[in-house]
Amino acid sequence: MSAVPKPREQLRMMIVDDSNVMRRRIERSQQNERLEVVGTAVNGLDAVTKFKQLLPDVMTLDLTMPEMDGIECVEHVLKIKADVLILVVSALADKATAVEAIEKGANGFLCKPFTDDQLNEALAELIGE
Amino acid sequence: MLDAEEVRTFVQGTVHFFETATGHAATVGSPYLCIDKSAVVQDYAGVIGISGNREGKVYFTAPRGMLSVMLMCMNETDTGEQNVRDLVGEVANTISGNARRDFGRNFIISTPTICDRTNAATAAATTGRSFVIPINWRSYAANVVVCLQ
Repeated sequence: MSAVPKPREQLRMMIVDDSNVMRRRIERSQQNERLEVVGTAVNGLDAVTKFKQLLPDVMTLDLTMPEMDGIECVEHVLKIKADVLILVVSALADKATAVEAIEKGANGFLCKPFTDDQLNEALAELIGE
Repeated sequence: MLDAEEVRTFVQGTVHFFETATGHAATVGSPYLCIDKSAVVQDYAGVIGISGNREGKVYFTAPRGMLSVMLMCMNETDTGEQNVRDLVGEVANTISGNARRDFGRNFIISTPTICDRTNAATAAATTGRSFVIPINWRSYAANVVVCLQ
């Protein structure tokens, strides 16, 4: 008798960006069946507050935001849930910024602007597909 | 003051933005030095303050019709005032942020300030000389304006 494949785990995703257009774009464009968008936030401070309630598994995170930037936000959310998978989605295209984000604990970096395919490839890679 | 190579950074960033984000290529006219700054402010402007190893401003200014069509090309159904303002800031933010690939991480960009016809000329005015990069996208004309010390 062959083993029944284990259903793949559903993952709860949060989108953090100060641009409403960008939040809606990411939500609309992401096609991964394993990902369910459970919340959005407009800056790092808002993200930390909502993160405590939602405890998402995956997070897309802008860096340049008012109130609290993305790098600081990474440090806060990792203290709340150390295994959250974080994809930084930022226009800051210098290598040093990407390296800093990864060193702080982010798991991936996608540079704006991006196509739908690039977003979905980055999310798939983030969750190990 | 910008040199030709630095202007090229913003030209390439602008071309890349339109092609990638909207799926429609933009053509860029010859950049020129601006004397009459009010002449390059359109319906909306997204203004980014620059600090760190350079000081100044970068702004993207466009007519409302163009911003609405850009939203539609990005499959955004809500082309209302809030999203139009949001988009003009996001374009300015993206072009400025991408410039760090060449200018380095000490080219520090602010979050965008959004202006409309009531205050755009004041908010976008710069103290130094500005380079204007004319953009033609579909049937619309817009500008990226770069003023860096």
